[in-house]
Amino acid sequence: MSPDVSVKTLVIDGRDVGATGEQTILEVAREHGIRIPTLCHLEGLMPAGACRMCLVEVVGSNKLLPACVTKVSEGMEVRTHTPELLELRRMTLELLFAERNHICSVCVSNGHCQLQSLAGEHGIDHIRFPYQYPRLQVDTTHPRYGMDPNRCVLCGRCVRVCAEVEGAHTWDLMGRGAGTLVTAELRTPWGLAQTCTSCGKCVQVCPTGALFDKGRAVAEMEKRREFVPAILAGRDEEEELVP
Amino acid sequence: MTEEMIDAGRLDDLLRAIVNGHRCQPGQLVQILREAQDALGYLPASALTAIARALALPRAQVEGVAGFYSFFHLAPVGRYRVLFSDNITDRMLGSAELLERLCNKLWIERGKVSEDGLVSVDTTSCTGMCDQGPALLVNGRAMTRMSAERIDRISELIRTQLPLADWPPEFALVEDNIRRRDTLLGAEWPAGEALRAAIARGAEAMLGEMKLSNLRGRGGAGFTTAIKWESARRAACHGEQGIRYVVCNADEGDPGAFMDRSVLESDPHRVLEGMAIAAYAVGAHTGYLYVRAEYPLAVKRLKLAIKQAERLGVLGHNILETGFDFHVEVRLGAGAFVCGEETALIASIQGGRGNPRPRPPFPAERGLWNSPTLINNVETFANIPTILRKGADWFASIGTEKSKGTKVFALAGAIRNTGLVEVPMGITLREIVYDIGGGIPGDRTLKAVQTGGPSGGCIPAEHIDLPVDYETLNKLGSIMGSGGMIIIDDSACMVDVARFFMEFCMTESCGKCVPCRAGTVQIHNLLTKIARGEASLEDLDRLEKLSNMVKRSSLCGLGQSAPNPVLSTLRYFRDEYLAHVVEHRCPAGVCKIAAEGEVIR
Ligand SMILES: Cc1cc2nc3c(=O)[nH]c(=O)nc-3n(C[C@H](O)[C@H](O)[C@H](O)COP(=O)(O)O)c2cc1C
Ligand code: SF4
Ligand code: SF4
Ligand code: FES
Repeated sequence: MSPDVSVKTLVIDGRDVGATGEQTILEVAREHGIRIPTLCHLEGLMPAGACRMCLVEVVGSNKLLPACVTKVSEGMEVRTHTPELLELRRMTLELLFAERNHICSVCVSNGHCQLQSLAGEHGIDHIRFPYQYPRLQVDTTHPRYGMDPNRCVLCGRCVRVCAEVEGAHTWDLMGRGAGTLVTAELRTPWGLAQTCTSCGKCVQVCPTGALFDKGRAVAEMEKRREFVPAILAGRDEEEELVP
Repeated sequence: MTEEMIDAGRLDDLLRAIVNGHRCQPGQLVQILREAQDALGYLPASALTAIARALALPRAQVEGVAGFYSFFHLAPVGRYRVLFSDNITDRMLGSAELLERLCNKLWIERGKVSEDGLVSVDTTSCTGMCDQGPALLVNGRAMTRMSAERIDRISELIRTQLPLADWPPEFALVEDNIRRRDTLLGAEWPAGEALRAAIARGAEAMLGEMKLSNLRGRGGAGFTTAIKWESARRAACHGEQGIRYVVCNADEGDPGAFMDRSVLESDPHRVLEGMAIAAYAVGAHTGYLYVRAEYPLAVKRLKLAIKQAERLGVLGHNILETGFDFHVEVRLGAGAFVCGEETALIASIQGGRGNPRPRPPFPAERGLWNSPTLINNVETFANIPTILRKGADWFASIGTEKSKGTKVFALAGAIRNTGLVEVPMGITLREIVYDIGGGIPGDRTLKAVQTGGPSGGCIPAEHIDLPVDYETLNKLGSIMGSGGMIIIDDSACMVDVARFFMEFCMTESCGKCVPCRAGTVQIHNLLTKIARGEASLEDLDRLEKLSNMVKRSSLCGLGQSAPNPVLSTLRYFRDEYLAHVVEHRCPAGVCKIAAEGEVIR
């Protein structure tokens, strides 16, 4: 079937906007400078709809919909910042902070982390849930990079960039539920993974300090997402970290 | 068996045979892993590598799939693998004590393999034998009606290493406890008649008839079947041109549900005929029956029924000499409740991890390999032949205004007659519990009826005179669900009940989305805190807020409905929560209240 190029008009946060039927709510919102927070999404990668940060309200739908995967339709009326949505996003972030160890002050990505900036954006100053802090093994076997699963938010961006862009498919998700882990092939230490090309794309797309360049001290790990060409072509707005 | 013991050459030959048996299709990965594990005892890294190579799949992907399903083992397991069914009904019957007893007798720790590699003992999510519990699986084989004596015998059988085939057959007896039959369970006429009539009338006329019948899906959500059929028939083919699929969802994973097992075991032809009729209506030529691995007997009978049906000309090539082809394949799950969710089920049939994906697009538009795919439940399909044979008017005359026909419920828990009951929609809970179910055993009184499993809620005894239909149950904060009905008497603590279901959802969460993956853990934490009498009123408030958040934000039905048992018990039994929180006491005496100063673990 050919892509739906027909022009649709819709309303986002009270503004009339135009789009084609193939575009997602997120794409259209970004085109018009309307910010919808995202975490698992990265332009150029297959959408996952997993983190639920981008949920928006669509009038007439009793369910909240993820803006990153939901296609626009004619006459759609979208609200991106209702009090309910803000509270839900706040809680999602709190759940992530409580799930693993995200003590920013000792992290290589301190100051350059998407999770941290989202927390800032949402005014999170305390976490209402007890910290789970599973003690997960850090993998430093790769000569250039490291992997600290304690900082991982399981967004799956590394898995997707490695499989879809680099074509190596070194990473995948293991286990399920709260026990899910990102692992290199067959749980081998990363440094021994036969398919890894050491391209570093996973490190660059990781929103947190879970994947990092070795030899960086606290707060030194700035990600260069332009490093990953397919994603550069897609112009990812996530770069603009909110101070 | 250890990895060293399987020499590389033999391993390769063995796996090649398995992979070739599935025509080297990557989509068969889950089935291939199953067979490889059956042959090897577990899935060593060398086997995963060989399978990946043979299928030309990345090793990471093969391992990711193997690591998703709870019945796949990446490390050696005991030669006897004992898994206790963990449903609240098994617990009511003392399964936890029996598990401990077996572990003690065998000198092993739960969840660990004995040093000699002989045995391991653990729990698994409800195995659908709730009417004959406590139940367990030994190497995948169901054993029912466990007692202390039987457990002692089993420990001996294991210690003497008696082959499973020689175990006393009465242990493995699976009964068919049908307490009341109606048009579905009582149907008796040769398979094929309804199909012949349907083909003669043509697809459009049949869709019209289905619409008139107003049949709603029996798998959980109660979606109108005809609308689904229509969209699967009319959807554009995004996958291969002209290809559509029909899938029967027999993953039945709700704790307390065993209707589909019984229907598949006792009347597989009816289900196959329903699928064939649906296939004719939507224009599909291939169908899949996705059955949970816990139902080996159902699988055996289904496979036999498929062969018979093909011989009789009511399935397969040129059905009833009308030129219509419809082939059905059976696919087995591997221990993941979430695979009953339709998009996860599709991922699993395609050989992947059972992670759901956002809907829309719905499977009727984009399902298996992107083609329009009709997914219905076992009981939904089983209803079709009867509707077409007796007419939509007849069907619509049974039940209530919006809920037509009959529904099969699985009665378990604190009730005299456990088993299946088929009743017309709109019957009251009182009639089900007292007239058919024989009431509550002992001198106990009814406290609540739990419907809809982990997605449903608890209906308090004061509402048992209300009719059982989709709308009423929704209004009461529960759902019809697939038909599990757990009867709860006054010896149960509702905080404990809510905690059981949350533990289930937490264990079965696929982990893809944050609200369900992390939220169920925190809800479970809060419920544990409450059960121990250590929670504050603030915690109670947090519990409610978080429950609403998980419900609103989760990706799929599992997370969206996981908080329901909590919310419904908060609604009707808040006093029990308050007793734990304010008075530090469990009114039913079930929860272990922590002593002053004791540390919460
Ligand atoms: C977590 C989860 C588990 C489910 N398990 C089952 C199941 O075991 N059997 C089933 O028929 N439907 C199950 N469903 C519902 C299916 O997604 C789907 O709605 C159903 O199979 C459609 O069939 P129906 O229209 O005939 O009811 C489940 C849904 C969720 C969210
Ligand atoms: S390692 Fe980074 S990119 Fe990969 S899943 Fe975790 S947080 Fe996401
Ligand atoms: S709601 Fe739960 S089961 Fe469903 S996608 Fe999210 S984590 Fe997976
Ligand atoms: S950005 Fe849309 S769900 Fe994660």
